[in-house]
Amino acid sequence: MKVERVSYDVITPSAARGILEAIHWKPAIRWHIDRIHVLKPIRFESIRRNEVGGKLSPASVAKAMKAGSTAGLATFVDEDRQQRAATVLRGVRYLIEAHFELTDRAGPDNSVGKHLDIFNRRARKGQCFHAPCLGVREFPASFELLEEGVPLPEPAPGVEANKDLGWMLHDIDFSDGMTPRFFRARMQGGVIEVPPWQAGEVKA
Amino acid sequence: MTAIAHRYEFVYLFDVTNGNPNGDPDAGNLPRLDPETNRGLVTDVALKRKIRNFVTLDKEGGPGYAIYMQEKAVLNNQHKRAYDALEIKPEDKKLPKDEARAREVTAWMCANFFDVRTFGAVMTTGVNAGQVRGPVQLGFATSIEPVLPLEISITRMAVTTEKEAEAQSGDNRTMGRKHILPYGLYRAHGFVSAKLAERTGFSGDDLQLLWRALINMFEHDRSAARGEMAARKLIVFEHQSAMGDAPAHVLFDTVRVARATDEDRPARSFADYRISVDAEALPRGVGVREYL
Repeated sequence: MKVERVSYDVITPSAARGILEAIHWKPAIRWHIDRIHVLKPIRFESIRRNEVGGKLSPASVAKAMKAGSTAGLATFVDEDRQQRAATVLRGVRYLIEAHFELTDRAGPDNSVGKHLDIFNRRARKGQCFHAPCLGVREFPASFELLEEGVPLPEPAPGVEANKDLGWMLHDIDFSDGMTPRFFRARMQGGVIEVPPWQAGEVKA
Repeated sequence: MTAIAHRYEFVYLFDVTNGNPNGDPDAGNLPRLDPETNRGLVTDVALKRKIRNFVTLDKEGGPGYAIYMQEKAVLNNQHKRAYDALEIKPEDKKLPKDEARAREVTAWMCANFFDVRTFGAVMTTGVNAGQVRGPVQLGFATSIEPVLPLEISITRMAVTTEKEAEAQSGDNRTMGRKHILPYGLYRAHGFVSAKLAERTGFSGDDLQLLWRALINMFEHDRSAARGEMAARKLIVFEHQSAMGDAPAHVLFDTVRVARATDEDRPARSFADYRISVDAEALPRGVGVREYL
């Protein structure tokens, strides 16, 4: 469902990872999402917008670079228009539990503690590399660090505690030619346990 | 052109009087409404379109300010644009050739096109380096209070085709419809990431141009459908560091828009609202400036 976008019922582990990476990420670490707590009822609404159909082809840029002029390099919005509806979630709130591990690009001066401190410091202060978003960039995400020892937030009334969400994107495997991998998402007590990336139940 | 070194957030207030700020293609061009709250919406892309159009008019496609996503309506600059050829050296010779090439292409696009440098663009390349994420991000604008669209019927003293004229036996008239909002004050939030600006070369001059565009863009976007639209407030938060010093939502919460007049009566002008910025509540290290 890409042409008329329809959101999943909840945030995917992939999107949650993107939010964490917007706050802190280095090639030396890789985030893993452990649990996603759904704190607000799942509700949808539809938005239709004018969008552009095509993408910019590098060949045409190369031609313009050779010619040394930007003339003729443009997309005319009204000739390449698509009206696409998006069925989006509204009023969402999640709690993401995650950890990271060091990758093989970690040097000797990279330790888990160091990166964890950086992340916590940034999340506490509201610092971020770029504003994290909820799926697409027009929906910015507000974030707060849940400090240790602070009780978990209570889900809002009306949250379905148990629901089978079907097959859902876990993440994209960038090392294997961008193949998406999926897992069976089940919400139990408002919490989705995300299987580890290497687990057998995560299927391409 | 050095990239900006601070993170910014901004609150942008604009209003519409007897016009349609952003039609909904799903609802026969009625002004967009949030069905649950009846508040009006203006999409992020509608605002970006106006920013692009303003920059086109302001810079007339001067070097470094070409606009990639164009509307025909503003193509009055048919003259060959002056242009400074760029000598781009890929930063890292060790990269595989196609990736270096892709970077070159991306860098060239960023240097020449304001909208690519500001909002980003997707370029299809085999490697995933052809996507530019721009530093500037806008959310949807929402009206402060619920709005009530009116449907205005209008007549035209002419018809389009012979056939219509015959059908009306010479009484050449047609009816049309306009959808307007009597009044609506909208609030949009925006973000500028210094870190992404480093990657696209979004500079201090570009930032000033963005503020100018936000302040003036409705002045060049008059049309029968829009009615009277005006930028009313642009409140910019500047963090000391590139990463920022406070959560964005905390900053946005310091800007309050309240009714200055009786809340039970519908607002019909900007004077019905009172805007206050709670400078006391600002976290340390964040400056606030009202550009409008």
